[in-house]
Amino acid sequence: MSIDKENIIHTAKLARISLDENKVESLSKDLSNIFNFIEKLSKINTDQVNPLTSILDQSLRTREDEVTDGGIRDKILENSPNKNEEFFIVPKVIE
Amino acid sequence: MSDITNNSLTEIVDLIKNKEIKSEEVTNAYIHNVKKGKKLNSFITESFDNALTNSKNFDAKPNYNLLLPGIPLAVKDLFCTNGVRTTAGSKMLENFVPTYESTVTSNLWSEGAFLLGKLNCDEYAMGSSNETSFFGNVINPVKENTVPGGSSGGSASALAADLTPATIGTDTGGSIRQPASFTGTVGLKPTYGLCSRWGIVAFASSLDQAGPMTKTVSDCALMLEAMAGFDPKDSTSIDRKKENYSKKLTHNIKGLKIGIPKEYRVDGMPNEIEELWEKGKKILKEEGAEIIDISLPHTEYALPTYYIVAPAEASSNLARYDGVKYGFRSSKGSNLIEMYENTRSEGFGDEVKRRILIGTYVLSSGYYDAYYIKAQKVRKLIKSDFDNAFINVDAILTPSTPSSAFKIGEKKDDPISMYLNDIFTVPTNLAGVPAISVPIGHDKNNLPLGLQLIGKPLGEQTLLNLALAMESKSNFKQNINKWWEK
Repeated sequence: MSIDKENIIHTAKLARISLDENKVESLSKDLSNIFNFIEKLSKINTDQVNPLTSILDQSLRTREDEVTDGGIRDKILENSPNKNEEFFIVPKVIE
Repeated sequence: MSDITNNSLTEIVDLIKNKEIKSEEVTNAYIHNVKKGKKLNSFITESFDNALTNSKNFDAKPNYNLLLPGIPLAVKDLFCTNGVRTTAGSKMLENFVPTYESTVTSNLWSEGAFLLGKLNCDEYAMGSSNETSFFGNVINPVKENTVPGGSSGGSASALAADLTPATIGTDTGGSIRQPASFTGTVGLKPTYGLCSRWGIVAFASSLDQAGPMTKTVSDCALMLEAMAGFDPKDSTSIDRKKENYSKKLTHNIKGLKIGIPKEYRVDGMPNEIEELWEKGKKILKEEGAEIIDISLPHTEYALPTYYIVAPAEASSNLARYDGVKYGFRSSKGSNLIEMYENTRSEGFGDEVKRRILIGTYVLSSGYYDAYYIKAQKVRKLIKSDFDNAFINVDAILTPSTPSSAFKIGEKKDDPISMYLNDIFTVPTNLAGVPAISVPIGHDKNNLPLGLQLIGKPLGEQTLLNLALAMESKSNFKQNINKWWEK
């Protein structure tokens, strides 16, 4: 299976990663090799198999719906690359 | 006293408990080694002041009932440490300082240990050679110009070089066991859910599991006991009583049944590894275990399955790095979307981007069923292989890796050949079962080789006992001349 340049550019767009024009070619080659390797799976018939949803024999726990955390605005903002006292700052989204 | 850092963790704990040495002396000895060990590049961040303060506090008011009394520990830089930067080996998190502590490290600290520093690793734990770190390659102390394995390469290197008495890593497809094998140390990937994932930088959440890396099997039991335990903050944490692995540790493995899977005999595997495997079988047999040939028929599909599931989960997990909430932000771009795209392009390295693209592709519209659902079906078959095998055996013995440590740069440009390194370790992550790598011998180039024991879910005690029996009979001797100090 080959992943052509167009596929790479589209996927990078979905992943929100800008790509260097000159890297698209080698990425296309790398990914095609990897997908050829993955392609092996098509050899097994899995029609009667249910996909695995969890490797644990337990279902997700529930808990009381109560506040266990909060009031840590400053901590949450601490590592932001651009902020003021109360908000994350991003490039303008509304004209 | 001779150099304290030559001792095992268990020996150091005993010396401290017997008041033969103080925590501060131990800490100073390791700080001394770390300062002399810069060439290995195993540390990203040093935490010496914190370590010394903690050691003095411990000595002033010692509590000898703890499992790790006054022990300095360096940990993989994937565990969030409150107030100490946590990079995951990435430019993206170069300046990230968590405001919280991971559950696993917090468990270690409540048993008397404290942070000595943060250890280098492959970027976001994606790699098998520690060559993808933004902070540079880590060197294997066993031999110059050789990789320590990955992704927990800094952990393995620091441990083998006596820069920390024990350490912890994370293992998504072999990231604890492969570097342990490459450096002649012990590494355990616990059952999925035994150690909390809370506060660990996520790679592939259904596969990630933290575990101990140590010089001896006894140390491994002690570390696992300290770090494991139920955590309500991790929805996949197993709710059960803590085990006393170190107290229950025994050489007695009489009557245990050990499976030898024929599918792990792969083409092109060096004879030396085949011989090592035979040696392991012989030891276990002599100690009273029964060796049984078994089959894990879907083994050959494990790596292709892994390279769908792991990147798919990674692409979702790493979507959080948007340059807004924390981490790196690119200064380029005229609008929000361009800011995201440039941030992620500049902040992530090549291997991480490659895996995000694979993951995004297999999850994208039109491909989801063909790739992701297909992989989850095959994963079910792989898990069933183990379930079936464990009806008849108590554990499975295999090589840890298909080769010994390779040279830096040797596989860097060939992703597939790099991925093949994890051929024996990946299946257990897919099945969620525990596995331990134990050093057993050296190859003709004097590089260490390990064997892997795979256990039933929550069968860590059996694995540790088997590993102890192998360790005591294998006569493995670490052969490191500390060339970096010269």
